[in-house]
Amino acid sequence: MTISLHYANITVNDVDESLGFYRDGLGLDVQMDVANGGFRWVTLGSAEQPGLGIVLSVPHAGRSQASGDALQELLTKGELPMMVYGSTDVDAAFERLRDTGAEVLQEPIDQDWGPKDCAFRDPSGNVVRISQV
Amino acid sequence: MKPHELAELAHLRRARDLIDRDYAQPLDVPTMAARALMSPAHFSRRFRAAYGETPYGYLITRRIERAMALLREGSSVTDACMAVGATSLGSFSTSFTEIAGETPSAYRARDHSALEAMPPCMARFVSRPSVSRPSYEVPSRIREASRRIRS
Repeated sequence: MTISLHYANITVNDVDESLGFYRDGLGLDVQMDVANGGFRWVTLGSAEQPGLGIVLSVPHAGRSQASGDALQELLTKGELPMMVYGSTDVDAAFERLRDTGAEVLQEPIDQDWGPKDCAFRDPSGNVVRISQV
Repeated sequence: MKPHELAELAHLRRARDLIDRDYAQPLDVPTMAARALMSPAHFSRRFRAAYGETPYGYLITRRIERAMALLREGSSVTDACMAVGATSLGSFSTSFTEIAGETPSAYRARDHSALEAMPPCMARFVSRPSVSRPSYEVPSRIREASRRIRS
C-alpha cells in the first residue's frame, strides 16, 4: 500500500487573476479548466510531481453565503495557511514572479534555520513561500 | 462581501505586511496608514476591527516576538532590544514584560528545550505572543494585566 498527496486546494478570490500568478509567475502548468454551475474548476501542476494537482477554487464554491463570506474575509486579511514550494533556483523563481507584478513579502535570503527562501502574496492574499531544494 | 470591503481588507493586509517586513525600522502609524491609503485615525480603527489589536500594538508584539527568538538563541538583552528596532532599553523591557509575562533576562535564562525541538519556522508561530491569542507560556494573571494596559 502506498499513500501520497494527490490534490491540494487553494482558495482564491478570482481564478483568472490567480492564473497570472500561479501559471505565468510561479510557472505551473494548467492541467484542467472546467466550468460548472457558475463555478470554475482549475487544476495546475508541475512536471516534477506528475501525480499532484493544485486546485484553485473560489470561497463561495460549494458553501453557503455566510461560510463563503467568512472564508473570503480570512483569505483577504491574509490569515489562511501558507503554501511552500521548492525550486532548484530560488533567485530565478523570485525574479520571474516579481516580474509579473506579484507582491513581494521577502526577497531571497539564507534563513538561519535552513535553505534560502523568498515569499510573496498571491493576488488574493495567500502566502506563497519558495524554498531552495 | 462587497468589492469595497474586500479592497479595504487588502489595504489593511498590505499595511500589516509592511509592519512584518520593517518592524526593526523606525515605523510610525502615519507611515503604516499611508500604505493602506487611509488617514491614520481611520486606519487605526479599521486595523483594530480586522485584526483585533491596534497597528502600534501589532508592531510592538512583532518586535517582542522577534526579541524572544533572539534571546532563546543567546543574544544579550541589549542586543535583542537594538536588533528589533526598540530605541529605549527601559520601554523595551516594560513592553517585553507586559507581553511575555516575565522580564527579558528571566526569559533568556529559562529553559526553552521544547521550542528548540521544533523547526524554527514553526517555533516562531507557536511562541508568537499576542494579547488576543495568549501563549500557553503566559500566566493568566499577566494576560489580564497586559489586557488592561494595552486596551
